[in-house]
Amino acid sequence: MVGFGGGGGGGGVGGGGGVGGGLLENANPLIYERSGERPVTAGEEDEQVPDSIDAREIFDLIRSINDPEHPLTLEELNVVEQVRVQVSDPDSTVAVAFTPTIPHCSMATLIGLSIKVKLLRSLPQRFKMDVHITPGTHASEHAVNKQLADKERVAAALENTHLLEVVNQCLSARS
Amino acid sequence: MAATLEAGVPAGALWGLVQDFVVGQQEGPADQVAADVKSGSYTVLQVVEALGSSLENPEPRTRARGIQLLSQVLLQCHSVLLEKEVVHLILFYENRLKDHHLVTPSVLQGLRALSQCVALPPGLAVSVLKAIFQEVHVQSLLQVDRHTVYSIITNFMQTREEELKGLGADFTFGFIQVMDGEKDPRNLLVAFRIVHDLISREYSLGPFVEELFEVTSCYFPIDFTPPPNDPHGIQREDLILSLRVVLASTPQFAEFLLPLLIEKVDSEILSAKLDSLQTLNACCAVYGQKELKDFLPGLWASIRREVFQTASEQVEAEGLAALHSLTACLSRSVLRADAEDLLDSFLSNILQDCRHHLCEPDMKLVWPSAKLLQAAAGASARACGHITGDVLPLLLEQFHKHSQSNQRRTILEMTLGFLKLQQKWHYEDKDERPLSGFKDQLCSLVFLALTDSSAQLQLVGIRALTALGAQPDFLASDDLEQAVGHLYRLSFLEEDSQSCGVAALEASGVLATLHPAAFSNHLVPKLAEELHRGLSALAGGDGSPQRPQNLRCLQVLSAVSTHPSIVKETLPLLLEHLWRMNKGNVVSGSSDIIAVCQSLQRVAEKCQQDPESCWFFHQTAIPCLFALAVQASMSEKEPSILGEVLLEDEVLAAMVSVIGTATTHLSPELAAQSVARIVSLFLDGNTSFLPENSFPSRFQPFQEGSSSQRRLVALLMAFVCSLPQNVEIPQLDKLMRELLELSCCHRCPFSATAAAKCFAGLLNKHPAGQQLDEFVQLAVDAVEAGLGSGPTRHQAFTLLLWVTKALVLRYHPRNSSLTARLMGLLSDPELGPAAADGFSLLMSDCTDVLTRAAHAEVRIMFRQRFFTDNVPALVQGFHAAPQHVKPNYLKGLSHVLHRLPKPVLLPELPTLLSLLLEALSCSDSVVQLSTLSCLQPLLLDAPQVMSLHVDTLVTKFLNLSSSSSMGVRIAALQCMHALTRLPAPVLLPYKPHVIRALAKPLDDKKRLVRKEAVSARGEWFLLGSPGS
Repeated sequence: MVGFGGGGGGGGVGGGGGVGGGLLENANPLIYERSGERPVTAGEEDEQVPDSIDAREIFDLIRSINDPEHPLTLEELNVVEQVRVQVSDPDSTVAVAFTPTIPHCSMATLIGLSIKVKLLRSLPQRFKMDVHITPGTHASEHAVNKQLADKERVAAALENTHLLEVVNQCLSARS
Repeated sequence: MAATLEAGVPAGALWGLVQDFVVGQQEGPADQVAADVKSGSYTVLQVVEALGSSLENPEPRTRARGIQLLSQVLLQCHSVLLEKEVVHLILFYENRLKDHHLVTPSVLQGLRALSQCVALPPGLAVSVLKAIFQEVHVQSLLQVDRHTVYSIITNFMQTREEELKGLGADFTFGFIQVMDGEKDPRNLLVAFRIVHDLISREYSLGPFVEELFEVTSCYFPIDFTPPPNDPHGIQREDLILSLRVVLASTPQFAEFLLPLLIEKVDSEILSAKLDSLQTLNACCAVYGQKELKDFLPGLWASIRREVFQTASEQVEAEGLAALHSLTACLSRSVLRADAEDLLDSFLSNILQDCRHHLCEPDMKLVWPSAKLLQAAAGASARACGHITGDVLPLLLEQFHKHSQSNQRRTILEMTLGFLKLQQKWHYEDKDERPLSGFKDQLCSLVFLALTDSSAQLQLVGIRALTALGAQPDFLASDDLEQAVGHLYRLSFLEEDSQSCGVAALEASGVLATLHPAAFSNHLVPKLAEELHRGLSALAGGDGSPQRPQNLRCLQVLSAVSTHPSIVKETLPLLLEHLWRMNKGNVVSGSSDIIAVCQSLQRVAEKCQQDPESCWFFHQTAIPCLFALAVQASMSEKEPSILGEVLLEDEVLAAMVSVIGTATTHLSPELAAQSVARIVSLFLDGNTSFLPENSFPSRFQPFQEGSSSQRRLVALLMAFVCSLPQNVEIPQLDKLMRELLELSCCHRCPFSATAAAKCFAGLLNKHPAGQQLDEFVQLAVDAVEAGLGSGPTRHQAFTLLLWVTKALVLRYHPRNSSLTARLMGLLSDPELGPAAADGFSLLMSDCTDVLTRAAHAEVRIMFRQRFFTDNVPALVQGFHAAPQHVKPNYLKGLSHVLHRLPKPVLLPELPTLLSLLLEALSCSDSVVQLSTLSCLQPLLLDAPQVMSLHVDTLVTKFLNLSSSSSMGVRIAALQCMHALTRLPAPVLLPYKPHVIRALAKPLDDKKRLVRKEAVSARGEWFLLGSPGS
């Protein structure tokens, strides 16, 4: 069973050590471009027109989450993509699939937890949310998904000061 | 004793003072004795004699006390000592150094006094220092006494440099022993200063270089946190900098320092890394190849590791800076003919480690590698040649190897970095330039990028083209023709790649200044043709699809008008276009004319800096615009479409900006020519200077009758209010009276307002004196007359507002009575709301008149002054006002506060805060918005003051976050976000409530509101939570 504590804190970033960064699981990862700020439309500035919650809006919530290991965002590592966000405002449902950078990434649960917490803090309560690993991209996909879907376990994980600290760091605005 | 008696001073008095000090342990007598010595009542020798017995007392504490008295006297009297006395005193004190350790501090005080003595004979400084080095174990003394020793040394180094140098390396060694083990930051600052002087004034270090290095470098990297409430105010940064100056002061330290730096760059602590890299950077200023030689591989490995691995931008920046300095240092050294050039091998190393990463444009290390190479290449022309020569072919090859647009973009962007570096160096010989062999390849690569389907790649392509075009004599004329062709095409791209269009316009502007002929020959004719075609299409009634194209054409025309020779072609083209529209009567809306005016406006802006172009523009465009407008104003009897359109408010406003911009930079002589014609046009109807001036009737804008003609006063305003202050305006008195009369005319608010602004603009610039006072009085009379009667009240109010503004800006003494009049109108049932908004106009910057650009007299502190003069009255007025007009006062106040620089507002905050909080409950959304935008920066800047009101703030902000106005909701949520800057203990009690309350705006119907709610709520979650 993969535990929520599996990340172990994700220290070691830039902490010195051997040339080439022996401490990182994946020292020279592929990086992807950041999408710019969403341009503001005339409709959005009109008081009367309601704007429904769409996939881009959800994506904007999670794309800037920091990776626990790299000084990069989940978007730059392509862990989250807008096409993997499904949302229905009228039905109040949202589903996010995320893709770990490597199939054995020990941070997968932690990343999933960060996404989940970000959505819990940012979306109206009416929403039912589902955060899971993109099918076929991780060795312990099933176990991680089960953990993320279990409300009680998520709640218990956030009682753990150390885990909460790491999650908060991932959710803090980059200085 | 006989001497004492002869001096006529009761020896008993001195003896008594001494006893009081030594036995009585009183401090006062020391100053008394010093004063007496200074005034000549007795000599130092007499003091010594009076001390006699206490100096020989068997109890060391008493001896110390005795010497302390003498030392304190010397500290105040060292300037009156005779050489003979000094010799004796020094001998005495040196001898006392051997005494009990309790005595030493007082002895050192005395020596410090003597070290400041001008009368110190040669040889004694050395003798004192030797005695100290020999007899005193400095580091077992207290901080103050150690500081005294450093002071003695510093004093001698300042005045006896030659003597001390006579000591040779012994002095250095002695000092090393003195400072070895020093811990106090205050003393360290002095000690570092001494070491730096030892080195920079070339004292002999002898065999003690390594010891001197050890005794200072043991503090590196500085790890010091000043204690809270430290009275000495020494910051960590002070120590870091003074130690760095020492360590980087001599190449002699290199062999010891460089290994230490390599070790410390690897530290876990961020500040140690940064300090090491910065110190290395400083060393490169004095080092040469010899010092660096053995350590280059190690230094490079450390820098590379840091830049590759770091999460901190600061470390990356310092790493790159250090590499830059290293390379510059290696490039600088002069070599013997047979010596190995370290620069080449160093650069080869860098290339070897970084080159292959450039071939992986998707991977994380690609950019760090490019940055390292560029940092090295930016250090010298030689380094640039070496690296560019190696990397450029590789990048060219990689561009063609990779086919995806985003990969190509990364490669081109790196190439661009290297292209830009070339501009730093000036090459005498064209063939020496590293780029010269790659011209064709670079051009074809850039052109390939410009035709790619990816807008991102196109954008970088445009920037690269600009960089290529900026290389002197690089592009051939057919390259330029092709480049212009691409820019033309890109400028007309469809909406969705607008950023490319904008970039292409910008690039055209830059390149047109460098290669005007290419643009005149290949671009301007195409644009002329395009404009013509657009006009024909419009005339044929089939204009709508052509319109965006036409608009773009106008933008391109103005964008390339960056060179005088191009303006000579583009300006006539634009004006001709305007005439054709008029003649052909093909306008269907004001937007077409406005577009041409905006284009003219941009051309005018570009002409401002060049006096010749400026005059050309003015002379060509102004008569043409006035002629068109005058003609339009006369066609009332046979109305043409264009005629009506030309006189619309927005069109006139666009023409106003063109005329203003074309006038502000005129030289006074030329402006005088122009002003005579234009004033005469308006006052006398003299149209002789206008082209095609056969008008159907007379032009008499100030006469009763034609309301169309009257509207043109706005153009008069644009011109006369933009003139430099020293240009005299003919018939000024008549003009002012006409303007005043028109400004109170109620039939046409547009003309009346224009006249009021014009009057105000002239008033503001008029030299102080009787005439000015008369004009002001005339205006006040007109205002009072107008405010009295019904139909003209609004016009009179507008005049009052503008005249007040004109006087407030220049600190005219009558501004206060006018402001008071305005404030009185706040409770006027009809004009109250307008008066409240008037405060916004008073405090903000206008665009057309009364601006600094238009040479208006604007005192820099006018807002502060207005605030100080008027806010107390506004606050008082608010309290006194009846309930229904209170919002007017709040609104007026909000406008004043909103425009005030924050540093001025902060100290006033405590007195105003209660009013601002009340303003939050005001139902007027303008007041709410203004108050919120006033409070938001205050929350960030003055969290302590705001903490006191946290309860009210939380409640009111949350209330306003469900306001019906979207702007207010957004501002309220931004304030909720800013609240998190308050100290956490103040906020934590509210956290659960706030988080619950902020759940509601998460479901707001407007996305922009939700966005603010998300970021505010996210911050509140982090409050007091681990990891935030």
